[in-house]
Amino acid sequence: MIFLTIGSHEPFDRLVRAVDDWVAQSGAEVFGQITERAGYQPQHFPATGHLSVAEYQARAAQADFLVAHAGMGSILTALQLGKPIVVLPRRGHLKETRNDHQYATAERLGTRAGVTVALSDADLPAALDRVRRATADLAAAPISKKADASLIAAVRHVITGD
Amino acid sequence: MNKPKRRVLAVASGGGHWIQLMRLSTAWDGCDITYVTTTDGFRADLEAVARDNGLPAPGYHVVPEANRWQKLRLVHQLLALVWVVLRTRPHAVITTGAAPGYFAIRLGRMLGAKCIWVDSIANAQELSLSGKRVGPYADLWLTQWEDLAADEGPQYKGAVL
Repeated sequence: MIFLTIGSHEPFDRLVRAVDDWVAQSGAEVFGQITERAGYQPQHFPATGHLSVAEYQARAAQADFLVAHAGMGSILTALQLGKPIVVLPRRGHLKETRNDHQYATAERLGTRAGVTVALSDADLPAALDRVRRATADLAAAPISKKADASLIAAVRHVITGD
Repeated sequence: MNKPKRRVLAVASGGGHWIQLMRLSTAWDGCDITYVTTTDGFRADLEAVARDNGLPAPGYHVVPEANRWQKLRLVHQLLALVWVVLRTRPHAVITTGAAPGYFAIRLGRMLGAKCIWVDSIANAQELSLSGKRVGPYADLWLTQWEDLAADEGPQYKGAVL
């Protein structure tokens, strides 16, 4: 099962539509979280608007891999579970998010183990095919649950005054 | 005589901001912690972890979500934070953003708290809007991307990833 998630704030019809087209042609099994305000409703896979935190964690844990916007919540969730993730960044000029920070995220994190980037929806079907074929190879070990020690130390120093 | 525990207010919007805050959580081990976020959904896990470790349940408050284009919601959010900050009287405020964290720092600063802003790792090209504005009010003003650090701040001390 492939878990599509687009964050809880804004719809992302371009990604949902691209995944729907891919499912029609590939027969893959997908479940999607697409927000209550989704404009496009998928025809080829089940989807819901909203998931509770617990439901979201469960879906991500059960998935073979994730497909998502290039939001840090989605990416960190996948990395912490050791699940491969395919991301399509929201674009500022398409009014999918407030600016192009997701595009910058996708470029910066695109070379990380377990993260596959499709910079445009035209690139998405090939990326999804690739990850679906080679899921086991692309899964990286779950990352640690902690930030860099230097960052934690800097924060702790100010918090405790030590 | 035992020193009273440091009261810490840790603030993050739900989603990516929250996950990043959690990755910093050992920074407030041993402190009297209160969390502020925009969903009740994280409370159960936090309470379970505290129980497993023989610790008291952390404080936990939910404030309304709001972004910069929802002015009325921002007012509600600000009022909710005024209430939380006055009730908690934190010694320190730490946030990974977004707007609730900005308000918490502005309010915490007025009460003499030490304030820490960790700009989200999602902002790889430039600091967030709140992140740019919060500088003068933060004792520790951080970006997670080294090339965004500057002499006049923010500093780079590492990243959550």
